[in-house]
Amino acid sequence: MSISDWFKREGNSSIKSKDKRAVPEGIWSQCASCKSTIYQRELFATDFVCPNCSHHYQLSALQKIDLLIDGDTFNETAKDISSIDPLKFEAKKKYKDSIDKAKRSTGLKEAIITGKGSLNGHLVAIGAMDFRFIGGSMGSVVGEKIARLIDMAINENLPVVITTASGGARMQEGIFSLMQMAKTTASIDRLQKKGLPYICILANPTTGGVTASFATLADIIIAEPKALIGFTGPRVIEQIIKQKVPKGFQSSEMMIEHGQIDMIVERKDLKLTISQILDFLSPAEVVYEKIRS
Amino acid sequence: MKKYVADFERPIIELESQLEELKKAPSAKKSDFAREITYLEKQIAKLKVKTYTNLTPWQKVQLARHPERPRYSDYLENVFSEFTEIHGDRLYGDDRAIIGGFAYLDSHKVMVVGTEKGKTTKEKVIHNFGMPHPEGYRKAARLFELAGRFNLPVINFIDTPGAYPGIEAEERGQANAISNNLKILSDLSVPIISTVIGEGGSGGALALGVADRIFMMENAYYSVISPEGCASILWGDAKKAEKAADALSLTADKLLKLKLIDGIISEPLGGAQHDVEEVFSGLKSTILKTLDKLSKVSVDELKELRYQRLMNAGVFSEKDNLSVSQGIKILRGDTDENRSAN
Repeated sequence: MSISDWFKREGNSSIKSKDKRAVPEGIWSQCASCKSTIYQRELFATDFVCPNCSHHYQLSALQKIDLLIDGDTFNETAKDISSIDPLKFEAKKKYKDSIDKAKRSTGLKEAIITGKGSLNGHLVAIGAMDFRFIGGSMGSVVGEKIARLIDMAINENLPVVITTASGGARMQEGIFSLMQMAKTTASIDRLQKKGLPYICILANPTTGGVTASFATLADIIIAEPKALIGFTGPRVIEQIIKQKVPKGFQSSEMMIEHGQIDMIVERKDLKLTISQILDFLSPAEVVYEKIRS
Repeated sequence: MKKYVADFERPIIELESQLEELKKAPSAKKSDFAREITYLEKQIAKLKVKTYTNLTPWQKVQLARHPERPRYSDYLENVFSEFTEIHGDRLYGDDRAIIGGFAYLDSHKVMVVGTEKGKTTKEKVIHNFGMPHPEGYRKAARLFELAGRFNLPVINFIDTPGAYPGIEAEERGQANAISNNLKILSDLSVPIISTVIGEGGSGGALALGVADRIFMMENAYYSVISPEGCASILWGDAKKAEKAADALSLTADKLLKLKLIDGIISEPLGGAQHDVEEVFSGLKSTILKTLDKLSKVSVDELKELRYQRLMNAGVFSEKDNLSVSQGIKILRGDTDENRSAN
């Protein structure tokens, strides 16, 4: 046994973390993008952006709220709605088991958290999706929570901020999930006809039924750098057209080049950017109130 | 041209060809076969009833995709009159996967929009197998808004495997093209009637499917994802499509029970292609009746009811309790019948 063996990591160490989505546990971790070794504490300080290559790790719904909402001003709404299994769906796994597993592993009840809170002094209705919960997929509950969030915004004259991460509609609820696309869209339409601002932040990845409904209807669409954004995922496209998609296809950078999103904003600038947009879009008296307080 | 036969239809076709053989026999011998011919005819009739009245969801998917099934263009030609096509989205192009324009339905002036698959290989290529690009949805959006301004009810026909999944479609904003249609339809000031005549594939179908009344042909399907796509994601094997079709509850009868559609237009035994006249007249009378009802509703009420319909779509529990018997809020028609359907 040589001395160098002492420094080898064994088994499923943090370096080999299989779950690229969450931040690996341990004191040190390896960036999923540039492979450089990062001191974990540093990741907390940068809001989970690699200090070396600025790769943006996926955030959980609570981390997103923490990133955007001031102090402890967040109040969760509609927190008791949870999924049932309307079709008794059973594939390799039972849908019910998938829900239970997602609940246990994330501590969440669904793929979105909604509520009200202050964002640099702006009171906003906010929704944050969590990709860890069945791929952030939208079923009846996600649709209902977004609809209620928007109802609240309309009743209380609040701007809406939604930060997404979703593979699309939730297959296990069949056409009920498809209908959530129309439901969330109809809600957004009412919000916009009332003249209330709606900002959507597309985080990695946002695809399918979420991009084809409420996400791409925002007044301002912001994407995080190098997020995967699209309607059909790249693997399905490759299967159908029988060729490889070009590098960087469906990235935030490609989407801005093709005029599909308004801006790409790094995580460190996200809160300030949103509050500046809200300053600009909110009625004058709201901004005045904010300055006074 | 070789006749298309789905696997489950093969036993019928085999008997039918045996019958043909017997009938071709020299006339002198025909009397000898008379009994066998009548026997076979009876057997075929029995087998047809047995096969086609107990179709599995996957068999219905196959009928929905049947190459001889009437297309949107057939309905356009046989149900409506004086169709005037309106081309292009005025932004990029004229997508042939979506066709639309003015037409008369008896004496009603209407806007007709639908996805077209084409029948021959050449037509299929022209119409991109019924899979629209963003410019197709944007053309539809333009026609919807035109209809709204000039008070023309919108009659939509859906027959698409889905929105086209391609590089250019993504670059030109497929997602936004669809979401924008959902938005326009959800608040349009005229009655909207949508009918799924064949395949109702996901968001690409929904983009023509937000409506005051939604109908389905008996053997059509409407699904959040294709059975093959679902199978390859959730079973890791596209060949499990038959199981996926079962699990997805995508047939007209199941969706009616779930109250997500308003009615079913019946088809002759074996599918719409076996008696197109019956299908055309069935669809026409359904749409006419519905149009009469909807035209009596005020614009504000129409829009409000459509909004409520969308808000009520969804099933969930309001407490943290996964048991189906307690605390469940089935928003859309909270009836016993609906519960047992689940």
